[in-house]
Amino acid sequence: MDLLEYQGKQLFAAHGIAVPGGEVAATVDEAAAAAERVGYPCAIKAQVPIGGRGKAGGIKIAADAAQAREHAEAIVGMDIRGPRGEGPFRVERVWVEAGSDIASEYYASVILDRGEKKLLAMVSAKGGMDIEAVAAEDPEALVKQHADPTRPFTAAAARPIVDAAGLDEDVREEVAATLAKLAEVAMAEDASLIEVNPLIVTAGREVVALDAKVTIDNNALYRHEELAAIDAESVADPQEAMAREKGLIYVKLDGNVGILANGAGLCMSTLDVVAQAGGEPANFLDAGGGSKAEAIVDALTVIGSDQKVTAILFNIFGGITRCDEIATGIVEASGQLDLAVPLVVRLDGTNSEQGLEILAAAKLPNLHQEKTMLDAARKVVELAGDS
Amino acid sequence: MSIVVDNDTKLVVSGLTGREGSFHGLRNRSYGTYLAAGVTPGKGGQEVEGVPVFDSIREAVEREAANTSMIFVPARFAAPAIDEAIESGVHTVIAITEGIPVLDMLRTYWKAKEAGVRLIGPNCPGVLSPGKANVGIIPAQFFDPGKIGVVSKSGTLTYQIGNELKQAGEGNSSIVGIGGDPIVGSDFIDVLKLFEADPETELIVMVGEIGGDAEERAAEFIAAEISKPVVAYIAGFTAPPGKQMGHAGAIISGSSGTAQAKKEALEAKSVRVGESPTETAAIAVEALRASNRGSA
Repeated sequence: MDLLEYQGKQLFAAHGIAVPGGEVAATVDEAAAAAERVGYPCAIKAQVPIGGRGKAGGIKIAADAAQAREHAEAIVGMDIRGPRGEGPFRVERVWVEAGSDIASEYYASVILDRGEKKLLAMVSAKGGMDIEAVAAEDPEALVKQHADPTRPFTAAAARPIVDAAGLDEDVREEVAATLAKLAEVAMAEDASLIEVNPLIVTAGREVVALDAKVTIDNNALYRHEELAAIDAESVADPQEAMAREKGLIYVKLDGNVGILANGAGLCMSTLDVVAQAGGEPANFLDAGGGSKAEAIVDALTVIGSDQKVTAILFNIFGGITRCDEIATGIVEASGQLDLAVPLVVRLDGTNSEQGLEILAAAKLPNLHQEKTMLDAARKVVELAGDS
Repeated sequence: MSIVVDNDTKLVVSGLTGREGSFHGLRNRSYGTYLAAGVTPGKGGQEVEGVPVFDSIREAVEREAANTSMIFVPARFAAPAIDEAIESGVHTVIAITEGIPVLDMLRTYWKAKEAGVRLIGPNCPGVLSPGKANVGIIPAQFFDPGKIGVVSKSGTLTYQIGNELKQAGEGNSSIVGIGGDPIVGSDFIDVLKLFEADPETELIVMVGEIGGDAEERAAEFIAAEISKPVVAYIAGFTAPPGKQMGHAGAIISGSSGTAQAKKEALEAKSVRVGESPTETAAIAVEALRASNRGSA
């Protein structure tokens, strides 16, 4: 789960990292009132979980009340896409933040390095811009240090990279302390990524986190009640919300071919072969190992509720999952739901013959069987038509 | 030969008295795996279908000479259970449990490394050496004994490819599911090393997916250290950045972790990458037969 900027900053503040004051607002009126209390100049910042908000027009500075209202009107409700095509995300909330007097912009992060199996701390004097571009063009400007997995990452451990990054000498101790606190946040809150860009030095020589990008490990939410509450209210898409309620692993996509497969890998592979056949997948839905008939009813309910879907592909390779259970689920779902779109079914693996017999006996209208994954992909794309 | 599990495997199952643990543990036994013991704290002295149950893995090691541990414990309790297995004296730990917090695995990973214990998983289907032993939840009926080693982040995708190999008349030395989590005990490289050293394995199929850089690292390693042909498949070309696709590790973050980048890294090192599971199996069969003709 990605936290919004203000949620990340609240987490930072709780761990003693300096952040600018501010208030969250959901409407233009709330934002204007918040700006009055925060004071001017202030920043009106769109709260969506992507980078590049400034370039997309989602961050604006207001010098007075009139500008604050004008900017809030422009930002609240706008749709923002990320630099890599993520989203679009509708701006439901803005963060109204006290203006900062910026002397320098640095970069600081603590991430989980999957390859090395260690936390990795990074710092750079080149903050406030796209850090991936900095890493590509001037790799020496981004200084990295792995944390020893057996002991806490202290300010003393962070000091060498702060020195190597060539930051202003008077703030090095404070930046090293901030890096140590970021590592503490990662460990205490189960964050697999914490990025501060920019980490600023103010005219008064204070070190302040001006942005916060925090990714929390969903597997650890059970031990973080407040973060779990944020996660629960963060699902904006109606299909994704419905799927979560039913305990299904579902990701909404842009196309018109509804997809259900068992297992995450096979499901991703199914999306790929549908795309290779010229189709556009509408979703990712992993029915899981050992899928039972009622899970199939739930899955079809979720996929079918997406108005864009014009055909649905079932791609099942039964291992622990039994194909006769899946077939029973399809027949049950067809009885319960009024599905107007064609279903293409490919059943292989455990009990596939019994499954195919169940489907044949039910004589469902609009159901097409295919023997292989590739034939099934071609058939569903043909039936779905253009999106 | 084969790798990780074989006729010398003496299995102890943590959670054998639970529903899933008993179902899969006994299924593994009926395949021919030697099921030495089960472990459930507080239930020592009981039996499950003739298999003795102990309070700790160490007891199972001492009393029944267990050497391989399988973990079926629920996610919240799984990391301590893996730690217990690491300290018990077994040489291999296979963790099936999904949903373990990644920082817990970070600590456990280094524990296993320091102890010199081979850890497979978590969130994996286990390891099958056809005709010898099956530890985990891989449905063995889709795999015959043979010359192709398979290492994979995904379960069902592996069954799909294994079944296509079987239909083409080829079998497997071992199938190793390494799991799709961000931190796993054994990466592609660890398993590639084992297949390289295994005389029964003549070709390796590697099944990857989006997220992390394990495939890119494997590409470098294959070029430097692997003499056997490797064929790869990568899932997730259509996955959008920032969205987690089922597995906790399957997420494209920053500019890395895309399927395209992985495919290019592998192809740059002369590893053939199939477009679909079907094509991957076909390439593997063709490459195996070509190399057999070459050596004949």
